[in-house]
Amino acid sequence: MSTDRAPRLLSRISWWDAAIIVVTAVVLAVAAGAVDNFGTGRNFGFLVLDLLPIALIALPMTFVVITGEIDLSVASTLGLTSAVLGSLWNRGLPMETIIPLCVLLGAVLGAVNGLFVTVFKLPSLAVTIGTLALFRGLAFVVLGDSAVADFPASFTSWVTGTIGTTPIPNVLVLLVLLAAVAGVVLHATPVGRAVFAVGANEQAARFSGIRVDRLKFWLYVVSGAVAGLAGVLWTLRYSSARADNGLGLELAVVAAVLLGGVSIFGGRGALPGVLAGVVLLATLQNALRLSDVTNEALNVVTGVLLIVSVLLPNLGRSLRAALRRRRHRVVRQT
Amino acid sequence: MTALDTAPAPVRVTSGASWWSSVVRARELGIVLALVALVGCTTVANPRFLSGQSIRDILLGTSILAVLAVGQAVVIITRNIDLSVGAVLGLSAFTVGSLVQDNPGLPVVVALLAGLAVGGVCGLVNAVLVRYGQVPALVVTLGTLYAYRGATYLWAGGQQITADELPRDFLGFADASLLGVPWLVVIAVVVIVAAGVLLRNYRLGRELYAMGSSPEAATLVGIKVGRNTLVAFATSGALAGLAGVLFAVRFGTVDAAAGTGYELNVVAAAVVGGVAVFGGSGTVWGAALGALLLTTIGNSLAVLDIDQFWQQAIVGALILLAIAVDRLVALRTARALKTRALKTRALKKGGSHVD
Amino acid sequence: MARPDATPLLEVCDVVKSFGAVAAVRGASFPLYAGEAHALVGENGAGKSTVVKVLAGVHRPDGGTLRVDGKPVDFGTPGEAKAAGIAVIYQEPTLFPDLSVAENIAMGRHPTGRFGGIDRAAMRREALALFERLGVRVDPARPARGLSIADQQIVEIAKALAGRARVLVMDEPTAALTGVEVERLFAVVRALRADGAAVLFISHRFEEITALCQRVTIMRDGAHVSTDPIEDLTVPEMVRRMVGRELGALFPKQDVDPGEVVLEVSGLRRAGVFTDVTFQVRAGEIVALAGLVGSGRSEVVQAVFGVDGRDGGTVHVDGRAVRAGSPRAAMAAGMALVPEDRRQQGLVMDLSIQRNVTLPRSGALAGFGLLLGGAERREARRWTERLQTKYGDLGDPVGTLSGGNQQKVVLAKWLATRPRVLIVDEPTRGIDVGTKAEVHRLMSELAADGVAVVMVSSELPEVLGMADRVLVMREGRVVAEIDRADASEEAVMFAAMGQGVVA
Repeated sequence: MSTDRAPRLLSRISWWDAAIIVVTAVVLAVAAGAVDNFGTGRNFGFLVLDLLPIALIALPMTFVVITGEIDLSVASTLGLTSAVLGSLWNRGLPMETIIPLCVLLGAVLGAVNGLFVTVFKLPSLAVTIGTLALFRGLAFVVLGDSAVADFPASFTSWVTGTIGTTPIPNVLVLLVLLAAVAGVVLHATPVGRAVFAVGANEQAARFSGIRVDRLKFWLYVVSGAVAGLAGVLWTLRYSSARADNGLGLELAVVAAVLLGGVSIFGGRGALPGVLAGVVLLATLQNALRLSDVTNEALNVVTGVLLIVSVLLPNLGRSLRAALRRRRHRVVRQT
Repeated sequence: MTALDTAPAPVRVTSGASWWSSVVRARELGIVLALVALVGCTTVANPRFLSGQSIRDILLGTSILAVLAVGQAVVIITRNIDLSVGAVLGLSAFTVGSLVQDNPGLPVVVALLAGLAVGGVCGLVNAVLVRYGQVPALVVTLGTLYAYRGATYLWAGGQQITADELPRDFLGFADASLLGVPWLVVIAVVVIVAAGVLLRNYRLGRELYAMGSSPEAATLVGIKVGRNTLVAFATSGALAGLAGVLFAVRFGTVDAAAGTGYELNVVAAAVVGGVAVFGGSGTVWGAALGALLLTTIGNSLAVLDIDQFWQQAIVGALILLAIAVDRLVALRTARALKTRALKTRALKKGGSHVD
Repeated sequence: MARPDATPLLEVCDVVKSFGAVAAVRGASFPLYAGEAHALVGENGAGKSTVVKVLAGVHRPDGGTLRVDGKPVDFGTPGEAKAAGIAVIYQEPTLFPDLSVAENIAMGRHPTGRFGGIDRAAMRREALALFERLGVRVDPARPARGLSIADQQIVEIAKALAGRARVLVMDEPTAALTGVEVERLFAVVRALRADGAAVLFISHRFEEITALCQRVTIMRDGAHVSTDPIEDLTVPEMVRRMVGRELGALFPKQDVDPGEVVLEVSGLRRAGVFTDVTFQVRAGEIVALAGLVGSGRSEVVQAVFGVDGRDGGTVHVDGRAVRAGSPRAAMAAGMALVPEDRRQQGLVMDLSIQRNVTLPRSGALAGFGLLLGGAERREARRWTERLQTKYGDLGDPVGTLSGGNQQKVVLAKWLATRPRVLIVDEPTRGIDVGTKAEVHRLMSELAADGVAVVMVSSELPEVLGMADRVLVMREGRVVAEIDRADASEEAVMFAAMGQGVVA
């Protein structure tokens, strides 16, 4: 049964990729035409800053989900690094030291996840729900419900600034660079090949000499480090270190990744689709916000998109299967 | 049977019941011991912890969490998860709050039923997406967690229903009691007992375990997997809706944010209570005990004057601890079974099977 | 034995079933009579499993009818097939590991007592009564998790009996059983048959079919070939009908002079699995590991290759020690393992043929760390062509290929690493006879080229035909080493079963 379904599934993926890119383009065009202020250079900057944390964290998340695991703790990692950043700044450490420390902290938090998943062999869903609570809780322990806001302008203005007089934000360069690296690693290196193989059949991957646990462990470390970096950028962007920074962001990241055509069951997905998913999500949110929809209500859109991104391909597949069955019956009866 | 004389000698007698049930019991016993230790230490530090008011607080807090945890346990046992319970609680609390605000004469029973209905519908939506949309429960309920919450915000905006706007009868229910036991606690106990008996002694309950233990086998054996999935999610949703009413009664103030983040505590209560994340095992008693433990921890933090911010970190740590312990027990069990199998194989001495 | 007058308990009439463009079954017809065991044989891919799933109500046929007691039936769900008295026992039993044995048997029709609740005592009594009837003893209160495959099948049969099944369908039930367990299973099945049940028995082992069955249906490429009483058919005739042609030489073993010792395993030990395993393999030699299923053969080669860890002992290739527990180290030393379970261990079914072939070598094929597709495609084409693999496109998922061609892809994948030591575990399990001969020829050629070959096999003719030396394992130990000249079925069997037991 699976033997004849596989090629269709494969063609479905590329079809989905194409569809998502087209939909994203259409949404961008409609938003530019119909929503006031959407098409301005200033708003472009905001849009990029809005999607930056989602896009950054979605890069390693794509790898993690393709190996068949998940990391729900990323937003809490972001919150904890933000809190630690604020706390260290309060203690008078220089920013140049704090930033690498925060990225390192993210990596360590990722390693905690990786340890539980690979060494103790626990289900990543349960582990990262646990660390989601743990890391966020620690963030509150570190900073309570206070905020740290007096960050040096040189850092905050770099994050919010643009290249020279162009409307291109500085952080976009960083994002493009990291996305390019992630894309090449996933689609054109032995590591990427291993990621797909592990997600599609972990045992066969192990029998082929792939060090599965090592691979997963390092993916969690990278996921944590990138979430830490996102925490730094988030804090500097709003010039505010708070324990609840990025609360609930894991939903947007997972939604973007699934929307981008990555299978929640692992083994399938592509980075261009994920980036399109991120842009689609961020554009919708940005356009709706410009149309005076509140943040909390925006979550309806994210939640629905998340479900639809998995539901739609499934429905399409069952519909096609049903049509095929009917055709067969008709052929047999005639 | 005539041909039984050809049957070879009985091969082995295995005793599995005693050690297996002792493992399960050990989990619930462990929680009770942890509870006793926690209560003991806290009381030594601050004797007020065992005062009537303090115990009442813990029990009231536990009843809401336990009702949610029971629903969660039912869903997890079928190898699914329901992350939307906090949002359903919020939606139900606000719906019922508005309802009694507009109809002050409404009996409390009607409010409770309304809450059950709102939650049940939310649960059915989850179930339909999981079963007929073939979307994993994690994705569906993560999505509806935000969708339901967002819908509540869309409806409520910044509006808050305060105690002054709620009828006295409704709020009085929080203090009312049956033979000295608060109604909230009575309702929670009824829910726990009913769900516990259903899961243990009725076909439907056993089928839920079967589905979680092996989904493929459940289909092959002819279990109505679709219907049962609907039942499980509708139960979890309805209980979250009920919990929403209890929440409104207990706190008297309801806004769109009610129950935000509860899903973590609920999953923690179930998992800490020994409900295996991959389905097929665990009990609602365990989940309820887990809820009691979590609530007691929260209250003892307050009594011991420890920063409340530790609460969430402890919840996270407990989840990790619980799944790690489960894993350890499973490993040890597997090893015990393997050694036993080796011993019996040695006894059996070979076979004739080269072909 | 022929009973043309009786109404069959179950009759399969011209059943057709396709998946997409692939016609899995094109007209299967056979009757199952009460009190008869009926064998269904055919090569892998002949459509047997699809027929089973149609009978089980898992698949709905596209055409044709099923008749129970002469009346046409239409099963929409497995539950309906069960209600009609058809019970299916799969190769991998489908029990609920978390539930007790008694509850596994009762699931779906629990006995109820007061207030509609479950009567646990009755459930236990029923299980005990069934096990007594089957002549086995399993504790009804223990969980199904941890039962041996044989015991799980007994529980499945108890389930079938409890459901008042009159038709018992068994899909390769003996594949994972030891000889004693097979005997016990057959005793149970004979008793059921004598009691008036109809049995459909699927197996690749002709001696089991002749021992148990009264009638044989042969299928080839999804089509029905013949249905005859067993005494009208000889085994060679059955084989001829299954493959549709005469067979050439199955075991084209070339004689070679063995060279230097390449693989040296000494004192290998894994607690509770195998102990004190020592052997050497020379260049050009084919060494077979024979023994009963469960004697530890696969576990030994997996530890040698490093997929599993080891608790003691050493592995040397060309005199250099190989690190424990690391397939990567084993590959670097020149080892390759074609594993026993093709679907789970050998291939990533969803990935393309090309990706599967190049998976172990993706590091070596990368230029400056990058894989741009060209090198992988060339490599994959070269090795699949060398093995005469039949496929549409290198980009097709490997799951779309037939079993034999899948096995060739596994072989291509490992031959591409140019191994010094090739370990093959059940290299011809579940592949058609034609491909079998090709695989044997290939192994022989490789040995002639100086590769040291280790072959695990449960097929005695294959062991005797291919091996220069036979190592026989029993209960985790190597108990005999037999040279090609002295190797005979009797010698290997005697060693494999230990003293005192004669088949």
